[in-house]
Amino acid sequence: MKNLMTVLVAAAMLAACAPDKPQVAETGGSKKSAVEEVIDPTKGIGQVKNVTLHNPLDGERVQRGLDIYEMKCSACHRLTDERVVGPGFKDVTKRRKPEWIMNMITNVDVMLDEDPVAQELLELCLMRMPNQNVSIGDARDILEFMRKNDGEQ
Amino acid sequence: MNTKINRIVLSLGVLVVLLIGYGCKPKGPATVTTGDAASKVYVAPGQYDEFYNIVSGGFNGQMAIYGIPSGRLFKILPVFSVFPESGYGYSEETKPMLNTSHGFVPWDDLHHIALSTTKGEHDGRWAFGNGNNTPRVARVDLTTFRTAEILEIPNSGGNHSSPFITENTEYLVAGTRFSVPMGENRDVPISSYKENFKGSISFIKVNPETGRMNIEFQLRTPGFNYDLSRAGKGPSHGWFFFSCYNTEQAYTLLEQNASRNDKDFIMAVNWKKAEEYLAQGKGKKEKAKYAHNVYDEKTHMATSTMLDEVTVLDVMEFPDIVYFIPCPKSPHGCDVDPSGEYIVGSGKLAALMPVFSFSKFQTAIQQKDYEGDFSGIPVIRYEAALHGEVKKPGLGPLHTEFDANGNAYTSFFVSSEIVKWNVKTLEILDRVPTYYSIGHLSVPGGPTAKPHGKYVIAYNKITKDRYLPTGPELTQSAQLYSIEGDKMQLLLDFPTTGEPHYAEAIPASLIRDKSVKIYPIEHNEHPYAAKGEKMARVERKGKEVHVYMTAIRSHLTPDNIEGIRVGDEVYFHVTNLEQDWDVPHGFAIKGATNAEILIMPGETQTLKWEPKEVGVIPFYCTDFCSALHQEMSGYARVSPANSNTPIKFSTGDTGGQK
Repeated sequence: MKNLMTVLVAAAMLAACAPDKPQVAETGGSKKSAVEEVIDPTKGIGQVKNVTLHNPLDGERVQRGLDIYEMKCSACHRLTDERVVGPGFKDVTKRRKPEWIMNMITNVDVMLDEDPVAQELLELCLMRMPNQNVSIGDARDILEFMRKNDGEQ
Repeated sequence: MNTKINRIVLSLGVLVVLLIGYGCKPKGPATVTTGDAASKVYVAPGQYDEFYNIVSGGFNGQMAIYGIPSGRLFKILPVFSVFPESGYGYSEETKPMLNTSHGFVPWDDLHHIALSTTKGEHDGRWAFGNGNNTPRVARVDLTTFRTAEILEIPNSGGNHSSPFITENTEYLVAGTRFSVPMGENRDVPISSYKENFKGSISFIKVNPETGRMNIEFQLRTPGFNYDLSRAGKGPSHGWFFFSCYNTEQAYTLLEQNASRNDKDFIMAVNWKKAEEYLAQGKGKKEKAKYAHNVYDEKTHMATSTMLDEVTVLDVMEFPDIVYFIPCPKSPHGCDVDPSGEYIVGSGKLAALMPVFSFSKFQTAIQQKDYEGDFSGIPVIRYEAALHGEVKKPGLGPLHTEFDANGNAYTSFFVSSEIVKWNVKTLEILDRVPTYYSIGHLSVPGGPTAKPHGKYVIAYNKITKDRYLPTGPELTQSAQLYSIEGDKMQLLLDFPTTGEPHYAEAIPASLIRDKSVKIYPIEHNEHPYAAKGEKMARVERKGKEVHVYMTAIRSHLTPDNIEGIRVGDEVYFHVTNLEQDWDVPHGFAIKGATNAEILIMPGETQTLKWEPKEVGVIPFYCTDFCSALHQEMSGYARVSPANSNTPIKFSTGDTGGQK
């Protein structure tokens, strides 16, 4: 009995000290710092703090964005306003800040857990958007493609 | 009075019987471990084990991955046997992995693990395993925990003394367990063993960058049985040691006829010398047919190449490559200590264990201190190579592993125990019972130049009453002991799959952070990949129908397919578009006569289906992937063989619904 107590106490101590490792490993170090640093809540949570947009659009970026869209996004997102698995892309660049869009793409697990807008969308779609392993640079290309899709020149 | 004395005598008798019983036989299942055992093996939820234990599966032809000290099973890793759970050996991509010169062989008997080493220490890159029955050696990539390569071994009657490894993974060996006739004339009477039967030891070179294996050369050796092996290390690097039995050259009732000689041999091979002869062009090219199968992670596909030649050196012609050291009574284990100086021979039927000294062996060669020869090969005088004998160690010694403090741990099958002894002084330090009849044993890093120690794991051959009974066939029992103190301490029993033979344990830190999580879809070069739903389609080529299908939570595209006919060969090439860790999808279709396939994120795998009757046939994702997993399904319409229903495919098209 005494031994059992020792084990239980030790286990309780371990449990208290040790965070849920797999989760921490998945979300990485960006979690804590991002929450503190991002001032504008409409920019979402993640490494993307400020995006400067240019016109006219960068044609090469648009093409690369289209290619990534077709490989990694098109299974769930239409280019119209039709929702299939996820919302349609139409007018997303008018509804959301560019930073929010790029954070949603590159830091989706944290966004779904903590960003109020992302959480609303999850309630609507009932399907966690998958982490598609998109780099920040690739997300910027997708953003450029979305702007094109929304009629920017 | 008489009655009383009788009673005392009787009691004493019972006591003596009990004591004898106690001394000879391990205690029953009621035996409990001592107080703090539970805390030593308890790995709290969410915490990780300290070691990976990579365990051979024996007759299941697989490897299994366990955590130590918890004994938890993480993965069954298919190597030489088909595995319907993942589709290994059933998918079109993996079928070539099991190709051999005999055709597709869906099973083997995997006995021994060798982990890759650099400078004699574990480097956490690859795990190698042997196929004992249809001789093969496999390489498992420890970043993916998948079989990456399988090489068939020609001129072998059973690949048992394999795949032991040199200190920088220069070579793996594959020694034939059974000698057989080789070369052109193989249709000979079995009774012509002495004349016609030969041994063969293959030296498999491992490419240091890619891990790719090739048979660099084979040594043709005298005809008897080659059992186990170890490479030298440190001062003995450049040498390999093989235990040999049946020096009687028996070919029937080996149980008796191969147990007559007082001593068999440990064969010492100077492989650097063999390399010199090869460099001088002394090797002979011989015809041999054997398969080399490689899995490509970019095309997600295996290819099988049939090779037709090996280079052979006959040691009877080059006697300074090989020396025999006499070793008592059918040696099994032949283990080299971390310093590389001591070689432990374990005669299965011997009452003592000889420990040979590499430096004394070298001196004996220089002084030609021989006691004779066998087939022209020098036999070193036993005492000249002997460091000393471990006296009365136990019954039936099999295998020895080492710690970093100069101690050895030997398994004893017959007396069912592990015995700890000092390699230099040969003094027996401790013994613990195993439940029951231990075969191999493993100390983390035990075969390397730098053992990690801490535990010894027993892989027992007999389970009997250790677990809840499950009918005539029982799980195999492994046991974990602490070796941190002077006394070994039993901590844990854990059940294992298949029948483990050898296993290695390696610190998790050497593997864990290198583990692959996904296959980047950008790098997918599978010829039938659909990298995005836009590329999903169905194409007919004569009788073949190729479905380029995508899977992502939670739909398959296309999920409505028409135009398939009875008698077609339908290939479902399923690409998993997910790029997140631990999101595989599965694919199964009613009536498929093979298996399912599991497709990892970014991967493409193919299931072949030959519909036999007309109808609308459902297919679905078999791996629970999301809240809408049950919806992840589709229909394939099968029309009569002579119909002209056109090929048609779609997803989400409800236009036809009335």
